[in-house]
Amino acid sequence: MSATNASPGRSGGIKAKHQRLVLLVFALVALIGAGLLAAYALSKQASYFYLPADLVASPPEAGRAVRLGGMVEKGSIKTQPDGVTIRFIVGDGKARVPVRFTGITPDLFVEGSGVVAEGRMEGTTFVADNLLAKHDEKYVPREMKNMTTAQARQVVAQTK
Amino acid sequence: MIAELGLALLWMAAALAALQLIAGVLALRPQGAQLAGIIRPVAVMQGVLVLVSFMALIDLFLTTDLSVKLVAENSHSAKPFIFKLAGTWGNHEGSMLLWVTIMSVAGGFVALIEKRLREDTLIATLAGQAFVSLGFYAFLLLASNPFARLAEPPADGNGLNPLLQDIGLAFHPPTLYVGYVGLSIAFSFAIGALVTRDVGPAFARAMRPWVLGAWVFLTLGITAGSYWAYYTLGWGGWWFWDPVENASLMPWLAATALLHSVSVLASRNALRAWTVMLGVVAFSMSMVGTFLVRSGILTSVHAFAVDPTRGGFILALLAIYIGGALLLFGLRASTVTEGARFSFVSREAALVFNNVMLCGVLGIVLLGTLYPLLTEAFGVKVSVGPPYFNPVSAIFVLPMLAVLMVGPLLRWRQDKAGRVSAPVAVCALLAVLVFAGVEAFAKGIGILPALGIGIAAGLGVASWLPLRGRNLARTPLPIWGMVIAHFGVAVALFGMASESAFSTERLAAMNPGDSQQVGPYTVTLTGMAPVAGPNWTALEATVEARYGGAAPMILHPQARTFASPPGNRTESALKTRWNGQLYAVLGEEGEDGRWQMRFWWKPFVPMIWYGGALIALGGLLALLGRVAADVRRLIATDKIAYRRHRQGR
Repeated sequence: MSATNASPGRSGGIKAKHQRLVLLVFALVALIGAGLLAAYALSKQASYFYLPADLVASPPEAGRAVRLGGMVEKGSIKTQPDGVTIRFIVGDGKARVPVRFTGITPDLFVEGSGVVAEGRMEGTTFVADNLLAKHDEKYVPREMKNMTTAQARQVVAQTK
Repeated sequence: MIAELGLALLWMAAALAALQLIAGVLALRPQGAQLAGIIRPVAVMQGVLVLVSFMALIDLFLTTDLSVKLVAENSHSAKPFIFKLAGTWGNHEGSMLLWVTIMSVAGGFVALIEKRLREDTLIATLAGQAFVSLGFYAFLLLASNPFARLAEPPADGNGLNPLLQDIGLAFHPPTLYVGYVGLSIAFSFAIGALVTRDVGPAFARAMRPWVLGAWVFLTLGITAGSYWAYYTLGWGGWWFWDPVENASLMPWLAATALLHSVSVLASRNALRAWTVMLGVVAFSMSMVGTFLVRSGILTSVHAFAVDPTRGGFILALLAIYIGGALLLFGLRASTVTEGARFSFVSREAALVFNNVMLCGVLGIVLLGTLYPLLTEAFGVKVSVGPPYFNPVSAIFVLPMLAVLMVGPLLRWRQDKAGRVSAPVAVCALLAVLVFAGVEAFAKGIGILPALGIGIAAGLGVASWLPLRGRNLARTPLPIWGMVIAHFGVAVALFGMASESAFSTERLAAMNPGDSQQVGPYTVTLTGMAPVAGPNWTALEATVEARYGGAAPMILHPQARTFASPPGNRTESALKTRWNGQLYAVLGEEGEDGRWQMRFWWKPFVPMIWYGGALIALGGLLALLGRVAADVRRLIATDKIAYRRHRQGR
């Protein structure tokens, strides 16, 4: 692929116009290649956002990285004996998904509040690698913006 | 009073920018030639006025004038001095004023010192700079006035987001902004040269110091930002491919490509249209980054306020400037005459390869960053993270770094591959051997980290080869700069590969007295105690880390609680050794009284930031070398002119 592989003898006779064309073709091929590669990788690697109802209705293929967003159900957070693994339920008023997470939870991760979990399905449990909690009014995960008002009220009303 | 003064100065500066633009456009016509004389002084005056306006805002923050809305919303009288100062740009309005200040001061500098460019090209450049500034003045004055007053001042201010109350914040945004906005000068030079059809070596030499300077600041800003994220977020990672990080990486990639192509144009008068194009792209990426960060379409700690009118405003500016510049490029590119030719084995060819690969990475990062926004327009929410960015960008970065071993050794115009094959073969062999060794002895670390370590080893040696056979005392500074920057790339690559391959992590709930093993260290939680700072209280853990019989290292991770505004922040503790870093984070107290603790041992991780600093140092040396040469040339021409003048008498 390196430009230095070409034989040096050939280069003397190359006309300026040809050189310009060769450079242009090389640049275009590389950039189009980058674009196609990116498009292919994005279709494989982008992680989709699910609400609990979507996740239950049409679960993603096992092992595929996705994001799950919803409200942490009141009274559902249980710490496991190892002290660093927690289990809790994420709901949206229509469905409930059990979540397992090992690690230090974000500061504003509390019951009855919104959360976005990054991870994958293992059986019927969502195993989270990372939790994004609502930090403050100025820092809300993008997916949760539409959820906090209507759905939060709904969930709170149900759990009371 | 100070606030009104600041606002008035800002309006006056905007008026001067309008004058600069109009006079510039008229002065390029034969009938307006007499206007040419006022453009330089106007540009300098505009820079001075904005600078004073920005100092007025700093003064309001330092004195905590709560009748000013921005201060009341973002500052607090009990904040330490340095954060009052940093609070000036730790919010949307202040940071936009900083942006405009840097832009206008830089424009003033160009007007003051630029002597090499043709006068009409300089006028077109300054008019272009005024045109860009005007849009941001309008944005500031119409949609984000930093000096707005409150009818009833509150008893005290809201304070600054705890996450932002960090010494890193005081210098990280201004550093990046100097980089972003420095590229606006390159943009204006490109516009100026297109307008007057003056693309050539003189234009490249005038543009180069600005590109170098902006690039040094961008490099420092990104490096510092990465370290800031590493130690404040407490996640142990140093790069998250967060859209905001990408927003700073994209202009850097474009500026790196521009930096190399502008050298080809300056020394060899080749790659003319390409260099102009990159000049447009680099600043466009700065503006795209600003749009992403400031518009509120992304949410992160950097997005100060979600305000759709602002997003629309920046989007309109983007469309006008990028679209206009590309249109001008399209109209004039064919009139940029053919540059000099070169062979496929030459310095130019290697630099073309570097440029195309950098642009490939730029495209990949741009697509990955914008993809979630595109899909969201169709109602599908996705996020794109490391599983996309790491392997896909490596496909372009690793070949580029392999060619980097050879490129600087090649001669301009035409070279024979045989001339450099011996040293290159040694470095390539070293890279292959190290790669094979890592694959053999560290199983399961993945192909990319192993390749990274191999290429880092080869490049670490190859980067010094351009000094071979030179008299070191007489080697020009720009050569030293190149060698050191390329060596820095090898160092940073080694740190990145080592971190991703060899990090070990331990997460545990611990009682005081408990021990855990992380990497080679035995860590013991010896105590918990409350501590207090100027505007926070915290619980502090004491952790002893032992390795063999050596004296233990003591770490103090904290969980801090801030009162104004109320918030929590974990303060991780780091200990650096020559061969890596130990990283400790304190989590919550469990129901059983045990404390969640998280530890990492990250071998050679500081190399990432040492490498970044070396890259910036290389850029700085090159910049000093170029500027010194320019100054010498100026003095020499002045002397000749003086002698001629005396002889003439």
